[in-house]
Amino acid sequence: MTIPSVPPECYLVLSGILFTIGVIGALTRRNAIVVFMCIEMMLNAVNISFITLSRFLQSLDGVLFAFFVIAVAAAEAAVGLAIFVMIYRSRETINVDEINLLKW
Amino acid sequence: MLENVWLIPLFPAIGFLINGLFGRSLGKKVVSWVGPSVIGLSFLTSILIFFELIGRPPTERLFEKVIFDWVVSGSFQTVIGYQIDPLSILMALVVSGVSFFIHIYSVGYMHDDPGYTRYFTYLNLFVFMMLNLILANNFLLMFVGWEGVGLCSYLLIGFWYEKDSASNAGKKAFVVNRVGDFGFLLGMFLLFTSLGKHGVWTLDFTEVFANASKLDIGTVTAITILLFIGACGKSAQIPIYVWLPDAMEGPTPVSSLIHAATMVTAGVYMVARCNVLYSMAPISMAVVAIIGVATAIFTASIGFCQNDIKKVLAYSTISQLGYMFLGVGVGAYSAGIFHLMTHAFFKGLLFLGAGSVMHALSGELDMRKMGALRKKIPVTFWTFFFATLAIAGIPGLSGFFSKDEILWQAFSSPHGYWLLWAVAALAAGMTAFYMFRALFMTFFGESRVDEHVSHHIHESPRIMTVPLVVLAGLSIIGGYIGVPHVLGGANHIHQFLAPVLGGGVEPVKAHAEISILSQAWASGGEAGGHSAALELIMMVVSVVIALIGIGIAYLFYVKNPALPKLAAERWKRLYTLVFNKYYVDEIYEILFINSLKNLGTGLWKGFDELVIDGSINGIAYLIGLLSGTMRKIQTGLVQNYAFSMVIGGIVLVAYYIVRAIFY
Repeated sequence: MTIPSVPPECYLVLSGILFTIGVIGALTRRNAIVVFMCIEMMLNAVNISFITLSRFLQSLDGVLFAFFVIAVAAAEAAVGLAIFVMIYRSRETINVDEINLLKW
Repeated sequence: MLENVWLIPLFPAIGFLINGLFGRSLGKKVVSWVGPSVIGLSFLTSILIFFELIGRPPTERLFEKVIFDWVVSGSFQTVIGYQIDPLSILMALVVSGVSFFIHIYSVGYMHDDPGYTRYFTYLNLFVFMMLNLILANNFLLMFVGWEGVGLCSYLLIGFWYEKDSASNAGKKAFVVNRVGDFGFLLGMFLLFTSLGKHGVWTLDFTEVFANASKLDIGTVTAITILLFIGACGKSAQIPIYVWLPDAMEGPTPVSSLIHAATMVTAGVYMVARCNVLYSMAPISMAVVAIIGVATAIFTASIGFCQNDIKKVLAYSTISQLGYMFLGVGVGAYSAGIFHLMTHAFFKGLLFLGAGSVMHALSGELDMRKMGALRKKIPVTFWTFFFATLAIAGIPGLSGFFSKDEILWQAFSSPHGYWLLWAVAALAAGMTAFYMFRALFMTFFGESRVDEHVSHHIHESPRIMTVPLVVLAGLSIIGGYIGVPHVLGGANHIHQFLAPVLGGGVEPVKAHAEISILSQAWASGGEAGGHSAALELIMMVVSVVIALIGIGIAYLFYVKNPALPKLAAERWKRLYTLVFNKYYVDEIYEILFINSLKNLGTGLWKGFDELVIDGSINGIAYLIGLLSGTMRKIQTGLVQNYAFSMVIGGIVLVAYYIVRAIFY
């Protein structure tokens, strides 16, 4: 049996839904790790649309970008998690509402 | 030796540098040696140069030594250069000689002062500047010395700057002197530009005086009046004499050196130096003479009621400076310089004597708390006594010859007038009175010394009394270089100064006696008939006036000590007026100081605070207000920032969508 092909619009809609969920999560959640996960979700939503369009346009540019995004996201995860660990050690919390020293 | 004229100011400069830079680490002993000895070397050099100069014929007694070019601009050139002629070498001798003895005296007087090194540094610097003023061969270098001595005067008046009165007196002297210096500068500028109009761009004395005839009378009058304003400031003449009495806040040897013997005579020297210009402007000469004689009598009268021994001497100094200006103002330049010289001896001595009295009485200045010191400090008494005799004009002492020559010239010279003579003679009597009053109150009568002070009254150490004795000797014999012809003398100083100051006064007016006199003068010696008799009579008259002054002083302060009080009560209003120095300080306070203060306060409150501060502070306040609201945006919550980014993204996307739809 052949798997019916999925139209590209569906991928883009999926990408949009995932991105929106990521944005809402990043803006509303208080736990820094959850916020971080939401950001990862946004990045991957973008990756999906990159790949989709790459396939659709028969060009490798989008794939290339996706790889970049994955690499950057990995680096970001390493640095970000290290920061959270340090914050937790000094303040015993990673609630972003309480990490608000950088202000007037 | 003439080549080495630059050595004269160099030695004090070296002393200044050594004492100023290394004095602290070298210690008191070295400073005590360096300070006076550099001045001694200057004095020695001056003596050597003096003897070489009088070895030359009178017409060749001018020597200029250029050290280096200073200001060169187009055809204008000013050098650092020194000039030796009879006038400058005489001044250099007086200044370095008197300074030398006062330096030695200071070693004893200032011995326990914590600022010992600083004192000698300033004093050396002062002598350096004074010698620059005297030996300069152009107006600009003279002005450097002029300002330099003013600076040292300021530093030394305020030497004990912890005392409020001393630092205020220093400031007063400095500010009042600025008024005079302003006149000096303007005079110099006017001289420079008006000579420049004739193509002569120079400030060199020799060239200026050689070209002076190119100027018209009006310009010369303006120049000389402006220069005289400078002289008024430096030499404390009416109306800007007020700084000198306050200057007595400085250490006594400083009062002696700067405010009696040397610096304050700079104005007289300057007028004598510019005698070519003054002789061209009869109006200026009249102004000089009138200001001089007015100062002489006005300040002599203030001297009557002063109880502070140094204040009496200060007013006496101003009065004597008035005499010198009277002398130069009637064209008797050499008489003015002669009096300057003898005055340096006896007034320097009087101040040193006052210092010695203060030393004996633990710093007491009030003559009402002195008395009967004659036996206790004999050396001080005798030297002070001779100086008093000299200043009072007792025949045979230096002051007699110089003062009498001025008096005679005030009467007989073509610029003279009998009223000038009369006022000056009266002032001479007043001088005799207040000086003997000071002498009697200090050394005679009953002791009014405070109990705790009287136990340790002691004569000053040898290092202080020796300069006293030397200066006393000079006060006695100093006059014999200028014995007038009528007394059978040769008037050496007059002849010596003649190449610079001219051979006395030319008989311009058609005065019968005067022309006879000047002929007699010119023939030298054989003073003929009428005028010689007149001169002798005048001499006797002035001596009698002086003796009357002394007699009244004796009556008031020795014979019947209750009399001064009675007299003061009898003429109470007059006494209060004079006692308060005619309220001159108060009048100046109201007229000048307060109006300047009001102007300053007005500008401060009205302009500075309101306009300038207002606009600056207003702008700052507005910006503060704005940023105060703006900074609330910075919450420190990362999610808020992220939220605004999302909003921004939505707005951007919406913009492009809307644009795509509508266009």
